[in-house]
Amino acid sequence: MSGHPGNPEPLSPRAKLAVTAGKAAAAVSRAAGRGSGSVIGGRVALKLDPDLLGRLAQHLDVVLVSATNGKTTTTRLIAEALRASGPVVSNALGANMPAGITSALAGGSDAKYGVIEVDEKYLAGVARDTTPKAIALLNLSRDQLDRAAETRMLAEKWREGLSGTKAVVIANADDPLIVWAASSSPNVVWVAAGQEWKDDAWSCPSCGGVMQRPGDDWFCGECGFRRPAPSWALNGDHVLDPHGSAWPIHLQLPGRANKANAATSAAVAAVFGVPPQVALERMYQVQAVAGRYDVVTFQGRELRLLLAKNPAGWLETFSLIDQPPAPVILSVNARGADGTDTSWLWDVDYGRLAGHPIMVIGDRKLDLAVRLEVAGVDFRVCETIDEAVQLAPPGQIELIANYTAFQDVRRRVGN
Amino acid sequence: MSDSSLRLVWVYPDLLSTYGDQGNALVVERRARQRGLDVQRVDVRSDQPVPTSGDIYLIGGGEDRPQRLAAERLRRDGGLERAASNGAIIFSVCAGYQILGHEFINDLGEREPGLGLIDVISTRGEGERCVGDVLADIDPRLGLPQLTGFENHQGITHLGPTARPFARTILGKGNGTGDGTEGAYNDTVFGTYMHGPVMARNPQIADLLLKLALDVNALPPTDDRWYEALRAERIAAATQPA
Repeated sequence: MSGHPGNPEPLSPRAKLAVTAGKAAAAVSRAAGRGSGSVIGGRVALKLDPDLLGRLAQHLDVVLVSATNGKTTTTRLIAEALRASGPVVSNALGANMPAGITSALAGGSDAKYGVIEVDEKYLAGVARDTTPKAIALLNLSRDQLDRAAETRMLAEKWREGLSGTKAVVIANADDPLIVWAASSSPNVVWVAAGQEWKDDAWSCPSCGGVMQRPGDDWFCGECGFRRPAPSWALNGDHVLDPHGSAWPIHLQLPGRANKANAATSAAVAAVFGVPPQVALERMYQVQAVAGRYDVVTFQGRELRLLLAKNPAGWLETFSLIDQPPAPVILSVNARGADGTDTSWLWDVDYGRLAGHPIMVIGDRKLDLAVRLEVAGVDFRVCETIDEAVQLAPPGQIELIANYTAFQDVRRRVGN
Repeated sequence: MSDSSLRLVWVYPDLLSTYGDQGNALVVERRARQRGLDVQRVDVRSDQPVPTSGDIYLIGGGEDRPQRLAAERLRRDGGLERAASNGAIIFSVCAGYQILGHEFINDLGEREPGLGLIDVISTRGEGERCVGDVLADIDPRLGLPQLTGFENHQGITHLGPTARPFARTILGKGNGTGDGTEGAYNDTVFGTYMHGPVMARNPQIADLLLKLALDVNALPPTDDRWYEALRAERIAAATQPA
């Protein structure tokens, strides 16, 4: 798997022109203050050469990473692990649709590996265009219900799109929708990575029967679709490899979900001959991912910035925050990139925040206020993050925000 | 109301709880407890029988295949129809609303029989999905303030002669028939397309169900300032020009 053409075929003049034009567009976009420019650059390049993504990828050993949650972090962890074996190009900033991916790959002509985060809706297409060596599938759950496809339909599309793929698929055995999506692939490495959120997989993706979920196991009572035997597993603070050896996970990133991401990343690294010990040691270097998990100082107070975009993400986030009386600021928006329907707030068990001083901000602070009122926990509604921080009792503040709310906070605190 | 506690039954959360539908159960439960009522909440999974002795039944929204599975299992079970004939209060949202009608179009594009507890028939819209904030006037006979909610559906629901429109839309599509109706109800069975969830945006609907179940005309007041603030914000957001 680690074999790499020593003398890759050079890019065609057309592809080169497309890369150059894309970079120029990105520079213009950056100069205009419109973000990193990677997406606009990729769009320009793809327009000039629609096959550019495939052409850029053919010089690389490509790893694709997709999921509802954890794909940006896992992409970073895999990239760090594979750097043990060669240079890596990656869309580390989370621009995960074809234009952003093209732009990222265009910046890495000397790389050996391409580690690519892919938006769930584009996975099948990007897998077709880039002929990946490995595909990591972490989890699927409800997200942006006002515009996303149904969660089960997404699993179905993955299943069709990945059917017969030549890639090694590294997939979470604990998520029935992931197992359904992956099991059309001939070569799957199952990882018992866990999945706290279970409410999108109570009916069997195969036959619709009611799922039975005793302990960590799951199976359909009607058709026999069941959890596959994993060859890798997350076990507390260790990764168990297929030989049964336990490797300690040392991460700066907090929480169970990130340990799960590390376990999956170790299994991916092994596909390319990087041993788990080496892979896991390298993952320690990852400190914050696009601002997530970063601890910043703002108005003389320490804030930890946590991103939670959907019920499954909030659930994992609640399990990693400091115990009460650690103050918590919650911020929720419902702009286009968040999904405009806030109904999902009611799938999140905010009762788990009882005992924390809670401050509420964001465009949809009143939706949160009603949610918390019904959960029976105390809270304060604030107009701004400045006010919320001023009201917070002593201690490091845990700030949990959904997508655009998180970006708003980062801008304000200068992260 | 049976015995001393109010029985609140949430039907099939394993299939019909895609749009925060638990919120309706939580709000009804909370507002009952705030009035000193003892509430027993029963969540019924689709491989369990639906109890027939509940006071209030809630049934929520879901995706197309789970909706068909729910209809099949509810028809086979028969518990919800028996509860309805016992006079139970039933409140349904979106996919659940369609299931309570005579028929709807299922995920296979076929006509799927519903439970016929409310006189409506649902078809599938050809145009764009109805997604967005809704503002509507609830049937004045119910004595409720304006309805605010969020809709997200492809279905179109036609009312028969014994179903009354639950509300008349000011903004949004509602039943999608173009006649401005939103939802439907008869004496004890209610249906709406409103998510939000609808009780969080309209706690007076939860109170209406409690009053019907308890057979009382009024309930002790509650501190509703956050609900009121949310309502005011959503109504303003829906009515201001984009």
